[in-house]
Amino acid sequence: MTIEINGTPHDRTPLPGQCLRTYLREEGCFGVKKGCDAGDCGACTVHVDGTPVHSCVYPAFRAQGRSVTTIEGLAGPSGLHPVQQSFLDAQGFQCGFCTAGMIMTTAALTDDQRADLPRSLKGNLCRCTGYRAITDAVNGGSPAVCPAEGAAVGSSLGAPAGPQVVTGTARYTFDLDVPGLLHLKVLRSPHAHARILSVDTSAALAVPGVEAVLTHKDAPDRLFSTAQHENEAEDPYDTRVLDEVVRFIGQRVAAVVATSEAAAEEGVRRLRVEYEVLPAVIDPALAMLPGAPLVHGDKGIAEGIVRANANVVGELHAGIGDVEAGFAAADAVYEATFRTPRVQHAALETHGAVGWLDDDDRLVIRSSTQTPFLTRRAVSRLFGLSRDRVRVVAGRVGGGFGGKQEMLVEDLVAMAVLRTGRPVKWEYTRSEQFTAATTRHPFVITVKAGARVDGLITALQLTVLVNTGAYGNHGASVMHHGCHETVAVYRCANIRTDAHTVYTNTVPAGAFRGYGLGQVTFAVEQVLDELARMIGMDPVTFREINVVRPGDDLTAPGAHVPDLGIASYGLDQCLDRIRAASSTTDTAPDGWLVGEGMAIAMIAAGPPGGHFADATVTLLPDGRYELAVGTAEFGNGSTTVHVQIVADELRTTPDRVLVRQSDTDVVGHDTGAFASTGVVVAGEAVLRACRALRARILAAAERGPSEIRCLTADSVAGISLATIAPLSGSGHFDGTPRSVAFNAQWFRVAVDPDTGELRILRSVHSADAGTVMNPLQLRGQIEGGVAQAIGATLAEHVDVDEAGQVTTTTFRQYHLPTVADVPETEVHFARTTDAIGPLGAKSMSESPYNPVSPALGNALRDALGFRLTDLPYTADRIWQAIQDHRP
Amino acid sequence: MDLHTVTEVISPARPGQWRPGDAWLGGGTALLGEPRPHVTRLLDLAAAGWPPITVRDDGVEIAATCTIAELADRLGRHPIVLQCCHAFLASFKIWNVATVGGNLCAALPAGPMISLSAALDGTCVLVGPDGGERRVPAAGFVTGEGTTVLRDGEFLRAIHLPSGPLGARTAYRRGSLHRHGRSAVLLIGRADPDGGMSLTVTAATRRPHVFRFLSPPSAAEVEAALETIPISGYVDDVHGRPVWRQHLTRHHARRIRAELAV
Ligand SMILES: Cc1cc2nc3c(=O)[nH]c(=O)nc-3n(C[C@H](O)[C@H](O)[C@H](O)COP(=O)(O)OP(=O)(O)OC[C@H]3O[C@@H](n4cnc5c(N)ncnc54)[C@H](O)[C@@H]3O)c2cc1C
Ligand code: FES
Ligand code: FES
Repeated sequence: MTIEINGTPHDRTPLPGQCLRTYLREEGCFGVKKGCDAGDCGACTVHVDGTPVHSCVYPAFRAQGRSVTTIEGLAGPSGLHPVQQSFLDAQGFQCGFCTAGMIMTTAALTDDQRADLPRSLKGNLCRCTGYRAITDAVNGGSPAVCPAEGAAVGSSLGAPAGPQVVTGTARYTFDLDVPGLLHLKVLRSPHAHARILSVDTSAALAVPGVEAVLTHKDAPDRLFSTAQHENEAEDPYDTRVLDEVVRFIGQRVAAVVATSEAAAEEGVRRLRVEYEVLPAVIDPALAMLPGAPLVHGDKGIAEGIVRANANVVGELHAGIGDVEAGFAAADAVYEATFRTPRVQHAALETHGAVGWLDDDDRLVIRSSTQTPFLTRRAVSRLFGLSRDRVRVVAGRVGGGFGGKQEMLVEDLVAMAVLRTGRPVKWEYTRSEQFTAATTRHPFVITVKAGARVDGLITALQLTVLVNTGAYGNHGASVMHHGCHETVAVYRCANIRTDAHTVYTNTVPAGAFRGYGLGQVTFAVEQVLDELARMIGMDPVTFREINVVRPGDDLTAPGAHVPDLGIASYGLDQCLDRIRAASSTTDTAPDGWLVGEGMAIAMIAAGPPGGHFADATVTLLPDGRYELAVGTAEFGNGSTTVHVQIVADELRTTPDRVLVRQSDTDVVGHDTGAFASTGVVVAGEAVLRACRALRARILAAAERGPSEIRCLTADSVAGISLATIAPLSGSGHFDGTPRSVAFNAQWFRVAVDPDTGELRILRSVHSADAGTVMNPLQLRGQIEGGVAQAIGATLAEHVDVDEAGQVTTTTFRQYHLPTVADVPETEVHFARTTDAIGPLGAKSMSESPYNPVSPALGNALRDALGFRLTDLPYTADRIWQAIQDHRP
Repeated sequence: MDLHTVTEVISPARPGQWRPGDAWLGGGTALLGEPRPHVTRLLDLAAAGWPPITVRDDGVEIAATCTIAELADRLGRHPIVLQCCHAFLASFKIWNVATVGGNLCAALPAGPMISLSAALDGTCVLVGPDGGERRVPAAGFVTGEGTTVLRDGEFLRAIHLPSGPLGARTAYRRGSLHRHGRSAVLLIGRADPDGGMSLTVTAATRRPHVFRFLSPPSAAEVEAALETIPISGYVDDVHGRPVWRQHLTRHHARRIRAELAV
């Protein structure tokens, strides 16, 4: 019996236990996505005989004799399906990994279902957008803009990949057919800490289809860090591709490479491993105590670990002024301890890579990464290959949020390719994302602060404990960053910071949107809120008195790279918006407690210590331009902005700009798309490349570099562009100096004291991003950041039990915000122009996340009359806290 | 997800075919949602061709293979049926495939078809390997988190809902950590024409608890009934803490009693 797919019969019989999604992808329908593989996310939605289903939990054999429609078959002969068109018009996507499923679901909605989207879309998760853009699309978006020559910057130009995203033809990491592909699966440690005594691979190797088994004996005897930074010394070298010692439940023990996933899994089940179980430390509070089991006792300063004999990866003990004197001078002093849990990035595309040897025997790795160039560097170093023998490419990436500023798969894929000489794929399962990728760092933060009745903050004291898990990737940097902008935004003469990042035998933490700022801000902004209450001042005025102003130095305890400054200032405008928000009114259900709260955040536009980008722009013979840039696109929207810059600088239209990106072959170097640098660093390199090319084009027409008006989309000073092509210009930016961006968030909430339910009545966000390059896209980034932070505040927590085992391993157990959970956020932009950023722009990708949790914490405090210090604020915990505070 | 260890599908499946390593297949939305390394064959019941809903003199018979979508379509005029369909965390797309029987047999605390069947005095019709039938009250079908009275080789054929309870007035309350999230508490009250009332507690507890009152109960009587559920009987997982679930059970029970009293 055949299966009809998009009108064409397919004869191949599916495997007995196969789900329809896998079958459809094998038949070439790559638009059908694997987001969760368990029925939760809706990314795999297709229609079977016209009925929408989740194809990952639909047995493939059952589709025999039926007709299946995928995103590829939705459009009629007359062009896009109306729903595809409205998703394109409203730009109802960022990374686009959820989009095919959203469109297929929307296309099947009845009018009644459209009238209740929170319910009808509860089976469709989007991690990027915060849903406003999606519900706009469902309700019919207004047509996208086509800016005229020279008017692209500042317009709401749609993402260049939009047409591919809405038709399911955008190619993500695994959306390609590689003949002869082998599949890799790993055996993971059942112990929090153990030494591998032996691995018996014979039964595994006997499984038909198994080609190789890799153990620590096969792995290079080199240490590295999974974290990727321009400056490699930022992270301790504490990791091996496969190690003889395993340090958390879920760590790789051995890998099986086979001709099918089924054979690889069977091989993994047949491995016999003998372990010597070692004592483990799970609780970070115990990790530094004398006698605690040492996670990396065999390493030390040489590997970049500050005090391996006390499980301390990094620490900061520094101060400015005299905090004791500051507290003595205060009229009010408040101190509290706050806890933030592990959080998963939950990008809809999991980690993974496909590797092969190309015709020149060069190792090629196609990976879901934010850092192709740094990953190439790491892979070459590990396997002793020169850089030109390794190429790393990223397709479109299905979400990152920091999680992919990490080499979690490429090393092992490289090893398997080099060993077998064959193409190898390794795709994380959703559960592996939870147990064996990285999380946001859990923090314990004690803040003590003092203020005078006139509002002046006299002293700030931070004690911070960061749990990095079993490996130190990003651990020290997240701590340093977390303790910087959070206090540097205040003019305070006396600040003291004592911070530690410690190892435990648990799943490693890693880079996560906000990079430590969100956790420390959560504490600082709540303590300041309480201080304002104590001195009887409204929180906005209290901020106004204390925040930095133009011309101020940005200071915080510790040694800091001095290239950071206020090159534009819109925090005052942000605060004005927040003050205005609190003069609104909302109604809450009878008997509910209502409260409001705000918080601010500052972020450096780029990391300290160097972030580099190269870009090349080439005039093509047909008069179009080709931009080559390293930055990966995962919904960050940098590519759109880069195209806008090219269009305006070269006085053409965006449709005449082609982009080649995220491939180590296209430009010299790019540190990567992280640390909020897509616009301010890569964008600056693009700007410089454009200006270099423009000067050449003008010179070719014997015009000076300032005679820009001679250039049109077709000609220069009357000479056709075609006649002078090809011409190229290159640009480079080293990421210094750096400016700062500001955000402020305000909420009004209502709480049902009978059940603990919290409802957000109103959400207002105000952002200073400098020049707004693309208002629609910027709004989308902010909404997405706020929504992700609402998730971390009200729902999300990765749990680890006493043995060190992660117990929340699916989206069923880890609730991501759905349409129903995310309120509409009013977004305001400050009007500023930055003196450093390209065309006056600043970063705005991580930062909207940071003020959300403390603003909600402060609103909840206002409603309840007491403060909740531990995240997340779920209804059961809120209700419990109300009981605990009953007199 | 792909169940790589499955080597054969028997479709349609018949009584007597089960052997260790086999799994009865309803819609498959639960079965394919988790790794099942011990399953080697799928015995497809959904292809058996049982009519989804059969109306009889004494009530309706819902085939185990009736999908949630068919149930909502055919019996959605009864408010409690539709409310229980909406109680799924799963959206209407899963309803198109998931079966009523699969929901009972998966035996999750948050199984709303369990709530419905128990609250409406349903009877489960089970078929053994020899083709013989036995009947058990739906309220007793689920024995704990993920466990049922089903024996090896036995499958659920149908759920019979008697007409009286199906036509009775009901009151429904659900609690969850999130607006359309997974049920942490699901209570159904039923007022019968003879003056009796029943209160069914599900989702909060590891198995359903049905309390029957011959006449409309006082608040104290409801309280006392709920007292019989020990705190260890409440579910302890990420979808809500036991004490909160216990509190919500009492809270919603009070409201249900008040609603049915008028
Ligand atoms: C996003 C999502 C949300 C969900 N939300 C919920 C929820 O809120 N509450 C909830 O309870 N479930 C939920 N589920 C799980 C599942 O979808 C439902 O329980 C569903 O009703 C199962 O029905 P099915 O026909 O798909 O079962 P299947 O997957 O076919 O089977 C489930 C189990 O029952 C057995 N089985 C099936 N039919 C029979 C039979 N007739 N006789 C004997 N054994 C049988 C199977 O062997 C298997 O062990 C959710 C699933 C998804 C994907
Ligand atoms: S991949 Fe099918 S629902 Fe997520
Ligand atoms: S755009 Fe929805 S998940 Fe990225």
